[in-house]
Amino acid sequence: METLRVLVVDDETGMRLAVARVLNTYTVRPDESDEHAVRFAVETAETGEAALEMMSASAPDILLLDMKLPGMSGLDVLREIRERRIDTLTVMITAYATLETAIEATKRGAHDFLPKPFTPEDLRVAIRRVVRHLAVQREAKRLAEEKRQVRFQFITVLGHELKAPLAAVEGYLQIMKDGSAGSDPAVVSRIVDRALARTEGMRKLIVDLLNMTRIESGQKRRELVAADLREAAAAAMETVAAAAAARGIEIRLEAPDRAPMIADRGELDIIFNNLASNAVKYNRDGGRVTIAIDRAADAWRLRVSDTGIGLTREDAGRLFQDFVRIKNEQTRTIPGTGLGLSIVKKLAQLYGGDATVESEPGVGSTFTVTLKG
Amino acid sequence: MTSQPTAPHILLVDDDEDFLYQHKIQLEHAGYRVTTAVTRAEAESIAAEVKPDLAILDLMMEQHDDGFVLSHHLKRLLPGLPVILVTAVTAETGISFSPNSGAERAWVGADAMLAKPIRFEQLKREVERLLGDRGQGTRG
Repeated sequence: METLRVLVVDDETGMRLAVARVLNTYTVRPDESDEHAVRFAVETAETGEAALEMMSASAPDILLLDMKLPGMSGLDVLREIRERRIDTLTVMITAYATLETAIEATKRGAHDFLPKPFTPEDLRVAIRRVVRHLAVQREAKRLAEEKRQVRFQFITVLGHELKAPLAAVEGYLQIMKDGSAGSDPAVVSRIVDRALARTEGMRKLIVDLLNMTRIESGQKRRELVAADLREAAAAAMETVAAAAAARGIEIRLEAPDRAPMIADRGELDIIFNNLASNAVKYNRDGGRVTIAIDRAADAWRLRVSDTGIGLTREDAGRLFQDFVRIKNEQTRTIPGTGLGLSIVKKLAQLYGGDATVESEPGVGSTFTVTLKG
Repeated sequence: MTSQPTAPHILLVDDDEDFLYQHKIQLEHAGYRVTTAVTRAEAESIAAEVKPDLAILDLMMEQHDDGFVLSHHLKRLLPGLPVILVTAVTAETGISFSPNSGAERAWVGADAMLAKPIRFEQLKREVERLLGDRGQGTRG
């Protein structure tokens, strides 16, 4: 149960009393529940000057303001509210609402109008509208705050992910500088290889980050052309062929001869490359990767299966979130940015589809991406 | 590098390959013998076998508090073994890196805590302090 403060500004005593009598006994239930019911506490002022003084001390949630007042007019009060940045929602009460004054009042920040004379029901309807507006406003504010928090969290993690490789490379430079690395060629070569691996990882992270930012901001210029999923899959297989061959992993493609789709070729490449490279990275030596493409209702379905380490149900549930990498003994030395699958999911959603995973620890995983079109 | 068989033996445990290799090189250069491990289980079996003179543990391995548990186990296995816990700072991980109460600290039993990023000089000073008379590596 919440109580909103209403300030009624009118020079007619009868009007002030009538409004107070109606609202003091009125309850709005926006969702029929008592929990979110809203009641009203009415305060009154005879003049604009008195109202401003009261509002400067403490702003009411709702202001019912008569247009025609002795001294300052309703419009003058609106101007002052704006100048003093008083946070309140104003409903103008007007006897002779000319279009001109209505426009002027709206310009100065009035939210709604209540023409005089009005019935108690007219007043209740106007107040109900204001309550609904306040609820929407609050919800928007809450969402904006939530978005800000998510963004803050993302940047914090990103900062850490960028610092880690930098610290590793600095560490290697430091031990070369202070001479503790010595001059054994095997040691020097390992140091250089590791430093290069870490800078490469950092570069991949930055590329993923830029891709993701472009997708999310909607600023990426998409080139939707006649593409073929089979070709995109074949290109990704070529990209990971060397890494797969080095570990005796076989890659198979099960797809119709043609799998045409209007799509951005670059986006298809990102999807297939991420899934194929994961399927190789997290596979066992001598394992198998199967890329299957088929048609399901109004969408293409891409399935990439591996015979790798698999995932627990809990890990599978958070796998598509930003920066989530499953940390265990088997994944410890496998490089990755933690953004690949998050990007795949966002791209799939651009095509009205989705990305999901089914997995069994120690047996393998199947990633499924649906793309409408 | 050229440490002697009599040099103090350090068990270095971290799941970060680069941190492990860099500190192994630096500690060996300072004259210590170094054995490395990447998991808690591996560290415990190595410790039982080689009976190190000091252990340096990362707090976060597979589990967030693996370092605490490992420290507790090593202290039980080798009473008197000096233990240094190396931790990532709270601001980055969101978890508090030091045990909160006296009872928790006693349970973990670590002799020193250092926050990452650590300077090697700082680590070396702690190692020397905790090893006491045996503190100097064979190359000093």
